[in-house]
Amino acid sequence: MVGDVWAALGTAEFARIVGLSLMVSLLGTTGAAVVGLPCGAALAICRFPGRRLLILLANAFLGLPPVVVGLALYLMLSRSGPLGALALLFTPSAMVIAQALLATPIITALAHRAIEEPWQEYGGALQVEGASRLRSIRVLLAIARRSVVTAVLAGFGRTISEVGAVLIVGGSIAGYTRIMTTTIVLKTSEGELGLALGLGLVLIGISIAVSASAFVLWER
Amino acid sequence: MKLRLFFPLLFVAFLGHATIAAEQPAAQSIILASTTSVENSGLLAHILPAFTKETGITVHVLAQGTGQALQTAARNDADLVLVHDPEAEQKFIAAGDGIDRQQIAWNDFIVVGPRSDPAHIAGTHDAVAALKAIASAQAPFVSRGDKSGTDALEHRLWGVAEIDPAKAGGGSWYGDIGGGMGAALNAAQAMNAYTISDRGTWLSFGNKGDLTVLVEGDPGLLNRYDVILLNPAKHPVPKQDLARRFAQWLLSPEGQAAIGEYKVHGEQLFHPSASHPK
Repeated sequence: MVGDVWAALGTAEFARIVGLSLMVSLLGTTGAAVVGLPCGAALAICRFPGRRLLILLANAFLGLPPVVVGLALYLMLSRSGPLGALALLFTPSAMVIAQALLATPIITALAHRAIEEPWQEYGGALQVEGASRLRSIRVLLAIARRSVVTAVLAGFGRTISEVGAVLIVGGSIAGYTRIMTTTIVLKTSEGELGLALGLGLVLIGISIAVSASAFVLWER
Repeated sequence: MKLRLFFPLLFVAFLGHATIAAEQPAAQSIILASTTSVENSGLLAHILPAFTKETGITVHVLAQGTGQALQTAARNDADLVLVHDPEAEQKFIAAGDGIDRQQIAWNDFIVVGPRSDPAHIAGTHDAVAALKAIASAQAPFVSRGDKSGTDALEHRLWGVAEIDPAKAGGGSWYGDIGGGMGAALNAAQAMNAYTISDRGTWLSFGNKGDLTVLVEGDPGLLNRYDVILLNPAKHPVPKQDLARRFAQWLLSPEGQAAIGEYKVHGEQLFHPSASHPK
């Protein structure tokens, strides 16, 4: 088994799979962070009708089932669906969109929690200073950056480990949309359980490495 | 904070854009919706490079069950299909979705099960009799339950045997797992159960454990693989010409030779049959 895994690791195909896994989940997480962080902060700072409902939704969607998101996105992107003309189905881009959709509520909900406390603490001072809402969001995100890093890493954790949605919208096409998780599913179905487990351990290692790097970079 | 986040994000976005741009399919690519048996057995990975080299057309393969593959094509999301369920294929064509069905290869289905063989079917050549014996012994049996070609065959055989396995003897011996061939074989291996497999997946399957081939050689277990193009009248898919070139290549002497050459552990998995369909 160790020999098989070792041999598989050396191939160009494997490097592609790892590269695409990282790319899809990093892009998905980035997209989710660009949307989720400001939204989470705005939910903590601003008062507007429907705010509590949005907070509730963000928290409820923490458990958004990936296969349902995948299926809904599939129907949207299908050539006979409303966005079929974009020709995104079964491409890496479709996988990035699915990942971003899944990670956005996680980052939003956690960012909201992260900003709530510093807002109570420094909100008054910022208002006295006459800081705009936008500037307040930036300052508070900086103050709460440890929790913000955790929020983004939680989003990354969702995307790198996800298999249901990317399988539906990506199709796990060899050499094109096949990533770590879908390869593990494939190897399991081929009865190559040792190889599948080995790839799983590699995936865990990569996930830990990325999270640890982000932690070291931004947690200081 | 802002700058510190900005540059890494920009970097990721740039890298991502470059990679995804490189990932964009070449102008010449088609999507083949196929069955797990031809993809997971390694057949397509073996034959496609020759086609791509000759024509410059990349074939992106979706490994789905026959039922799902036909659905994908019916939704316009594939350019052609390669499947193995004659009845579902006829419906697909009758509904106006498909045209020009042609057989490219065949192999056979087999009944596999534990060496202990509680239903005593080893060495027999009658699949229906074997299923009857399994049902009367109430020996564990794993069914795909996923509307794949293999699942369709299994249900046809139960029909001929006049047994409703989900109800016979309380049905607790009959496990419908709703999964692919590999998942069914993994389940059968874990449960010491019988199941029906296509020979290609079986030969390339790596977790056989105590499972072995028990029934083979029944003419009713013939497994035909057909390629079907989409009907341009109903599916104006832009890549009809490329799809047709691929279908023609599969049927050509060169494509047929590539299919026949493919072996796993020294055994031929698919018998080319374009010139003399079974």
